[in-house]
Amino acid sequence: MQVDTTSDAPSKGFLRSALDSMLIPFLAILTAIIFGGIIILSVGGNPILAYYGLIQGSFGSAKALSETAVWATPFIFAGLAVALAFKGGLFNIGAEGQLALGATFTALIGYALPEWLGSDIPAIVHLPLAIILGMTTGAIWAAIVGFLKAYTGGHEVINTIMMNYIALNTISFLLNGPMKDRNPNNVIARTPLIADSARMPEIFEGFRIHWGFILALFVAFFIWWLLNKTTLGFEIRTVGANPDAAKYAGMNVKRIIIITMALSGMLAGMAGSLEVTGLNYRHELGFSIGYGFDAIAIALLGKSHPLGVVLASILFAAMRNGATRMQFLTQLPVDLISMLQALILLFVAADAIIRYLYRIKAKGERLVLTRGWGG
Amino acid sequence: MTKTISETVLEAKGITKKFPGVLANDKVNFDLRKGEIHALLGENGAGKSTLMNVLYGLYHPEAGEVFVNGKLMELNSSRDAIHHGIGMVHQHFMLIPVFTVTENIMLGAETDHRASSNEKPLVILDRSEVSRRVRELSHKYGLDVDPDAIIGDLPVGVQQRVEIVKALYRKASILILDEPTAVLTPQESEDLFRIMHELTQQGVSIVFITHKLKEVLKVADRITVMRAGQVVGTAKPKESTEQSLAEMMVGREVILTVTKKPSKPAEEVLRVEDLRVKDVRGLESVRGVSFSVKAGEVVGIAGVQGNGQTELAEALTGLRSIESGHFTLSGKDLSGKSPRQITETGLAHIPEDRQRHGLVLSYSVADNMMLCDYYQPRFSKGVVVQQKQVDTNAQKLIKDYDVRTPSAFVAAGKLSGGNQQKVIVARELSRPVKLVVASQPTRGLDVGSIEYIHNEIIAMRDRGVGVLLVSAELDEIMSLSDRIIVMYSGKIVATVNREDASREQLGLWMAGAQHEQV
Repeated sequence: MQVDTTSDAPSKGFLRSALDSMLIPFLAILTAIIFGGIIILSVGGNPILAYYGLIQGSFGSAKALSETAVWATPFIFAGLAVALAFKGGLFNIGAEGQLALGATFTALIGYALPEWLGSDIPAIVHLPLAIILGMTTGAIWAAIVGFLKAYTGGHEVINTIMMNYIALNTISFLLNGPMKDRNPNNVIARTPLIADSARMPEIFEGFRIHWGFILALFVAFFIWWLLNKTTLGFEIRTVGANPDAAKYAGMNVKRIIIITMALSGMLAGMAGSLEVTGLNYRHELGFSIGYGFDAIAIALLGKSHPLGVVLASILFAAMRNGATRMQFLTQLPVDLISMLQALILLFVAADAIIRYLYRIKAKGERLVLTRGWGG
Repeated sequence: MTKTISETVLEAKGITKKFPGVLANDKVNFDLRKGEIHALLGENGAGKSTLMNVLYGLYHPEAGEVFVNGKLMELNSSRDAIHHGIGMVHQHFMLIPVFTVTENIMLGAETDHRASSNEKPLVILDRSEVSRRVRELSHKYGLDVDPDAIIGDLPVGVQQRVEIVKALYRKASILILDEPTAVLTPQESEDLFRIMHELTQQGVSIVFITHKLKEVLKVADRITVMRAGQVVGTAKPKESTEQSLAEMMVGREVILTVTKKPSKPAEEVLRVEDLRVKDVRGLESVRGVSFSVKAGEVVGIAGVQGNGQTELAEALTGLRSIESGHFTLSGKDLSGKSPRQITETGLAHIPEDRQRHGLVLSYSVADNMMLCDYYQPRFSKGVVVQQKQVDTNAQKLIKDYDVRTPSAFVAAGKLSGGNQQKVIVARELSRPVKLVVASQPTRGLDVGSIEYIHNEIIAMRDRGVGVLLVSAELDEIMSLSDRIIVMYSGKIVATVNREDASREQLGLWMAGAQHEQV
């Protein structure tokens, strides 16, 4: 009998389980780089110089590293949000809305709470409060979708998209109206700056990298631990892998669906909160240009493994960050980066191409994105 | 057409097929004569399916030759096989549920028209012509199929007939039936055997893959037994018995009848009173059922599939809500309680569909072995799962229940059906329970695994556990039960002690005869 000794066993360590699923994404990236190089050549560019620029711009200096980490922070949180939902058999397309709501409410607490109370608040209270409120907002927003899925069968893909519209338009209204920065010179739809007590301290003076990045790494490990080492994680994964077996095993499937969505929304909300408290110190319309959607790509590339998500986030961050340097060196358009990202995803999603190119045998593991359309 | 049984239509010589680490077929010889039913018998993993996939052009063997009608053939795809008149009916049907019978039969056949004749390619879908031919074929071979029916509305047995018609429509004269009775009720199986006989009368030759001994003895003209990739021998049904075939299959002596001591029924563990349950379609499928199970006895529920047994078992295990009535386990009313509450009261459940309910196929054997009580102190401290304890438990159960797996960390989906079922049996029977609900516990399993699971069930009984056995296999009911309940159309039509039951009588009750009338 043909036996594959690998499995989804959580008894394997953090690294080992990540490495097992990283082969295809790694080869996908490699192949995308080669294809990208051919395309650069075909438009008369120098691929070596282009990639050199990309690496230099993203990892070549302390400043470049700091900026890559800044980009990576929201990617990691939002990527974890989508990955966690995938593990639970749910497709959270709503990370974008959850993230923006988290950012908005964190900003609100950040600038308005001292005004409401009429006094300063100690940072030790104000900062955590702002972040926790952002997380909670994201969690509740996503939990609504979970509730609809569990009790009415409404599909989460449709409902998260709809909830995105509601969230983003509501935020647009708030930032143009009640929450708009009242500074007479301001014409932008943005909140006022948050109080100092709601800001995260700098790590290194003069660099924009903030504690959110460190927290992101910590949270990634926590999510891995939660999924693989706890009873709740076992429940989430079981509902994701086989809801019928979960019901048979006595798990409360409805409750777990809601919890999974809430956790996912919480992570997305956290992405927004940390952008406000660690980086921008306010929420501005259009600050998040699709973090929530890039997150889907990141979760896919990272095979929904927390370490994979961290690495995929850093890759995406590096590409975004290094693009300017690449453009400067080669005069190639920044859009090339989007093309590279698209190629990577194409190869990850259509992994048969990669398996064919590198003669890798198919493994039993199958990626369950979502189930129960119309059911 | 005259039946000339000597002419060989299909012959495989020295087929060798390797998979990494296994020799699936080792110099296998096999031949099929015109108009015969040649049974290919073997346990799961013996290499039957590999051989058939070679004959159907799906696998390319490392060595060996295939002759069709005496000519050496290069079979590179199923298209080649179809072209040479070989048709295959897979265990899992390849039909599109929302299409009609005619549409399913047309699927992909238009290209064959072009290849085999100068007919115009079917550019415009000519349903009426195809449906006329379907009627013609159905009539010719005694296959009762309505060309305009939607596949999804048809019972499994009829869907299988559609698959056969599909093969015949493609001018197949050699049919490979892969475990065709695994999904059928006893009646549907009888129908199938009748059809198979009819087909051979018309000159069609059939390879019948199975591991059910009774069927083989009943319908086959010749029997070839495979074990561990090799042909063990070819036998004639007249010169064989179930015992001799089983020994060829397993390679050792097999005890087909369960030996058991008389039961010692004690106190009542399960009491069901006037239970009513609805099925998926919202129709009442359990219609006022009352019975009880005592500690230390096996109560078998016999009945043709679809008479409410599935819904009854699901209701008792909390998977399906009940409409009215109630049931108690050890005196505790559990009607309307969740599966977890019922499990914790002392119920073990071997579910009917092991891959859908019983296992998470992507999980390791070890994780599957804690599926129902992962949250109990023996596996978890607070919210943290204690992997060491999970592994120790798995190692112990693998040893105690003879689960054949390379390790406890292999995904359950990689195991054979018999070993998958053993994982479930080990998990469920190793818990401290008062009642075991076993639904079709040996469906689709090989002889060795059936023997093992039957003995485990009897061992539970002897330890003073009540067992409710639901099975469509009358033999299983007869050999394990101490009392037999027959269900028909959602109601109990008869209850008898094992000693007073006969196959014929049970069969009549299963067909709907009332107790008084017999």
